[in-house]
Amino acid sequence: MKYRLLNFARQLALMLLVIWTVVSLVTLLIEIVPGDPATVILGETATQEQIENFRAKHGLDQPAFFFTYESEGGFTWNGADNRYADYWLGLLQGDLGTSFQTDRPVRDMIFARYPATIKLAIAAMLVAIGIALPLGVLAGSRKNSIIDNFASFFALLGISLPTFVIGPFLVHIFAVRLGWFSPTGSYYPEDIVLPAVTLGAALSAILTRMVRSSVIEELGEDYVRTARAKGVSERMVLYKHVLKNGLIPVVTILGLQLGVLLAGAIITEKIFNWQGLGLLLLEDGIGKRDYRLVQGCVLVISVTFIIANSLTDFVYRKLDPRIRLS
Amino acid sequence: MSRLAYIGLAIAALFILAAIFAPWVATHDLAAQDLAMRYVPPSAEHWFGTDGLGRDVFSRVVYGARISLEVGITVVLVSSVFGTMIGAIAGFYGGIIDKFLSGYVFNVFLAFPGLLLAIALVAFLGAGQGKLIAALCVIGWVSYARVIRGQVLKVREYDYVLAARALGAGNMRILFTHIMPNAIQPLIVQASLGMAGAVLSEASLSFLGLGIPPPAPSWGTMVEEARQFFSSSPHVLFFPGAAIALTVLAFNFIGDGLREYLDPKQRTR
Repeated sequence: MKYRLLNFARQLALMLLVIWTVVSLVTLLIEIVPGDPATVILGETATQEQIENFRAKHGLDQPAFFFTYESEGGFTWNGADNRYADYWLGLLQGDLGTSFQTDRPVRDMIFARYPATIKLAIAAMLVAIGIALPLGVLAGSRKNSIIDNFASFFALLGISLPTFVIGPFLVHIFAVRLGWFSPTGSYYPEDIVLPAVTLGAALSAILTRMVRSSVIEELGEDYVRTARAKGVSERMVLYKHVLKNGLIPVVTILGLQLGVLLAGAIITEKIFNWQGLGLLLLEDGIGKRDYRLVQGCVLVISVTFIIANSLTDFVYRKLDPRIRLS
Repeated sequence: MSRLAYIGLAIAALFILAAIFAPWVATHDLAAQDLAMRYVPPSAEHWFGTDGLGRDVFSRVVYGARISLEVGITVVLVSSVFGTMIGAIAGFYGGIIDKFLSGYVFNVFLAFPGLLLAIALVAFLGAGQGKLIAALCVIGWVSYARVIRGQVLKVREYDYVLAARALGAGNMRILFTHIMPNAIQPLIVQASLGMAGAVLSEASLSFLGLGIPPPAPSWGTMVEEARQFFSSSPHVLFFPGAAIALTVLAFNFIGDGLREYLDPKQRTR
């Protein structure tokens, strides 16, 4: 018990350390913008006064970090009044800063759009599981059959076809030709189908492979032989024994892939004009050079990913007693 | 090696040859616009048809192979060399150095999901081929470092390493002449899969408008430009899209084949 608590504390500490580093890196990213952000955003025609007002409003007139380094003067200590400390102080109060373009709090802009992305990611995950589970189990339990070869081919295709090629094809077939869905937008509930399939395609391919090899591996275990020897039907062996153990690695992959889905959603949202966080990052953030908004989006997505990963790790340990003990 | 790996090698060779000999393979001038010949379907004159500016799609796909492979090869080379160095240091020295590198630094770089870090870097640095390559290297090196670290950890325990140490060999000599030659095999697999990943990432970033700016014929940019007119002129999107998928597929085939070949345990499956 004591050992487990210690282990848990160590995991938590590592997670917090990683989050701190990631947030710090994202905070300092604005420093690599070539030139002065204020001039870049306000344009060449801005007056000196406008530029100075902008800098003062967004804290750009302050030093970037606790110290600065110059080749002549060496290190200079700037004290606690710097942008890095300010950003952190804000963050701890749940404030992600003010948008450079709209003057709205970045937090509000992000949380207005985040649910749409989460919805899309979950829908994509469901699509992927819905395809991969039956296909992977069938392929794994009938190794080297036609369905196995089909599953392998499908998996390779799914991994290799980029989202932005699958998307337009789906739109063409199901929206333009068949007219089942609208080609873009997120007004009606069924509008999620095409984006979810597009985003979930690659994941379904990865999962199919995982489920297949997991089923093959478990079918070779001793407990399967015992169950068969006892006269348990093949169907029961497969669904009650093999799947239960075989799904453990699949759960891990699902957790790890959540981040890939969140990042992949950026492309999918662009294709379908899906009003989520990705489109916000792309159009309002990067497109309008709203660096504060970009920072906020990158930060929120990364931190979600880190927390999801840590949770997966935790669940994985709970699920598999072998790992819990080692 | 499996049949699929040979198919992958053949496809990859085809694209590499097309990239090297692009000026001779291409049938038209890359940038020649002909507004009277917009969205012409594939024909004897234009094998893959023409795009929205009347440019020959076949020639642009051929030159696009140059961009994709240039980016892919540079990213794989730089990130594998850097990743190998870091991974070897972590695995060989172990202890606190390993704890810091593999426990902390690797985790930080793995904490950014997929393309997000590359997107963020390009967003702040600006678009362009050099910056794109830099961004992909920043996200790419960790996977090599992890593979090499694991290998070095394993190989350094072998008896012949102990023997070399007993004979008085120094750290550097042991690492470079004894451990590394036996540890870098999986790197080939990783490099092949990394090549597929880099080609796909370049296309994705270019599709998002964050990669190589037009008029350069990046496959991702071509797909993006053709997207709006897919229903009326599918060929403009189909050919660059197929080029991306085939290249990625080819390097995945090669990587999978090599992995099976190098790991006899998997071969029987």
